[in-house]
Amino acid sequence: MPKNIRPIPENGQDLRYISNDNWITDCQIVANAIRRRVLSHTVKHGGYLSQACSSAEAFSYLYTKGMNLGPSKGPLLPPSFSGSPSTNNQEQKSGMLYNGERHPDKDRFFLSPTHYALTLYATLIETGRLGEKGLDQFNVDGSTVEMIGGEHSPGHETNGGSFGQTISQAAGVAWARQKKGDKGIVWIFLSDGECQEGQTWEAIMTMSFYRLENIKIIVDANGQQVDGRTDEVMALRDLEAKFKAFGASTTTIDGHDFKSLHQAFAQPHSDKPLVVIANTEPFRGINLLKARYPNLHYIRFKNDEERENYVKALDNME
Amino acid sequence: MSAIEIITRVHASSIEAWGESNPNALVLSGDLTTSCEIDGFRDKFPDRFLSMGLAEQNMMSFAAGLAREGFIPHVHTFAVFMYRRALDQIEMSIAYPNLPVKLFGFLPGVTTPGGASHQAINDIAVIRSLPNFTILETGDATDVESVIQLANSINGPVYIRMVRGALPRLFPAEDKIKLNKARVISEGEDIALFSSGSCTEEAMRAVEILRSCGVSIQHLHVTTLKPFSDPQVISAIKGARFGTISMENHSINGGLGACVAEIIAEYGLETRLIKIALDDTYLQGASTKFLMSHYGIDAFALITQVEKLIGKQLNLREEDLKQARIDKYFNEKQQEAL
Repeated sequence: MPKNIRPIPENGQDLRYISNDNWITDCQIVANAIRRRVLSHTVKHGGYLSQACSSAEAFSYLYTKGMNLGPSKGPLLPPSFSGSPSTNNQEQKSGMLYNGERHPDKDRFFLSPTHYALTLYATLIETGRLGEKGLDQFNVDGSTVEMIGGEHSPGHETNGGSFGQTISQAAGVAWARQKKGDKGIVWIFLSDGECQEGQTWEAIMTMSFYRLENIKIIVDANGQQVDGRTDEVMALRDLEAKFKAFGASTTTIDGHDFKSLHQAFAQPHSDKPLVVIANTEPFRGINLLKARYPNLHYIRFKNDEERENYVKALDNME
Repeated sequence: MSAIEIITRVHASSIEAWGESNPNALVLSGDLTTSCEIDGFRDKFPDRFLSMGLAEQNMMSFAAGLAREGFIPHVHTFAVFMYRRALDQIEMSIAYPNLPVKLFGFLPGVTTPGGASHQAINDIAVIRSLPNFTILETGDATDVESVIQLANSINGPVYIRMVRGALPRLFPAEDKIKLNKARVISEGEDIALFSSGSCTEEAMRAVEILRSCGVSIQHLHVTTLKPFSDPQVISAIKGARFGTISMENHSINGGLGACVAEIIAEYGLETRLIKIALDDTYLQGASTKFLMSHYGIDAFALITQVEKLIGKQLNLREEDLKQARIDKYFNEKQQEAL
């Protein structure tokens, strides 16, 4: 079973200010731990594993270096679901509590493809924002730790499951924050597949029209979607050119490289949203997945032998 | 009936006045600023007016983001581009989180010559099925004048079915639109009549003539479609000797008639219901007057249905109705460009 190579911090607040020379090493340790935790969950229950492989570095970077979040305000053990919000039900707490309290100077995080929920939960655990036992509630009836995150799920603020909507909502939040004079940034995590949705482009067009320079977007370009390779399902061709044409400041990087991530997000982008296209591999760190390529969207083991192979891979993971 | 005052661009002055006293109020437009009478607001409060272009899906989700930050977005476009084109966004971005976004949907049913693509004939049916939403419908100048305040008094999403242009003032200006409370227009024991939107003026004309023929009608103008639990509706149905009629500028499925039918069934009221509505059909682009007559939701259609309900021919002709026509029929003034 997973070896604990690093103590999990008390709360996310301490991690962001890793200003030592070894921050890249520290970020990689967190990324490896995210992959390991998602794999360890997948061997037991199945799961969205390839998303963790492609995005572990991005999530690690955002939560330990990139974003300026306050300490988590969510309980280590997430509350159970108390019903959808309504005038008669104000009890349900937003999952954004795990990203810290709202504050004009603090950043906000919006996960658009909430099929990455498992990776986000793992990230929250590895950065001390969610208890390890929190993941035991994953996909359990009545729990808020849902398979496809809702706005009550740890780390989430919106119901992103229907693609293209979270980016527009985050744009509205960014407009409002700019108007109020907030200093905090609005971060949005996108995947490449959802760039097939027209609304994604409506949102980018609007962000650039309203000069929302308080927006930073990362696109996990892993070339994968439910039916398989994005190039074969509905090719996106030159993604960076598209974002640029709609008015964003853009750059394309190796999404597994922390130095590139840091440089990309440090670049100035006045009057424009910043879009960083992170080219990634959906089997990064878990070579076994290559055998299933390109059917990687959700991992259900075909037989015990396949499961055993993944258990072995987990045992061999650093 | 005495001559009725006609007022133009009621929403224009009303939304400007609202903006004046409510600094958190934002107005969003889907490239239909003059058509939705918000050009004055745009000119007066350019910092609180957001031009969102022809991108309604984004506009709905964007509005939700604004509401999350404490602003109250007043979203304006034609109703069809809301509940048809951007339904998923209305549901997941606005309705689910119960955010205070106010949707002003223009061009209900027969009120536009814009054809099927522009005529909202099933908006109430669709939005009524959304949790957390309140639905208000306007039918005269007073409704339009006071609906912004009512919509803002509701802490959640509100859909407002708007009439525009030259509007009759059917109700005194001080008699403001109220939540879940119909306006009683006339009292009577023979028939309970519920009308909404532009159909109310039509109904008023018929009711006057019917009274002269000895038919007494309890006529209520309904302005809240969700929730639909006004005790006045129940008692009107109970008090009607021959039965109940609903009359609306909407599909026969899922609108006012359906709301009334549900009440009748839920309360076990033994009565007959006749639904005057668009009979499960799309319309064509034509004048309001023509469409109301052609699709059978005008004053004459009401008289025909009343005759059916009371089982008696009243021998009224269309000409008799013309005699009773309220001042200048407001639709003549309403033929505007889109």
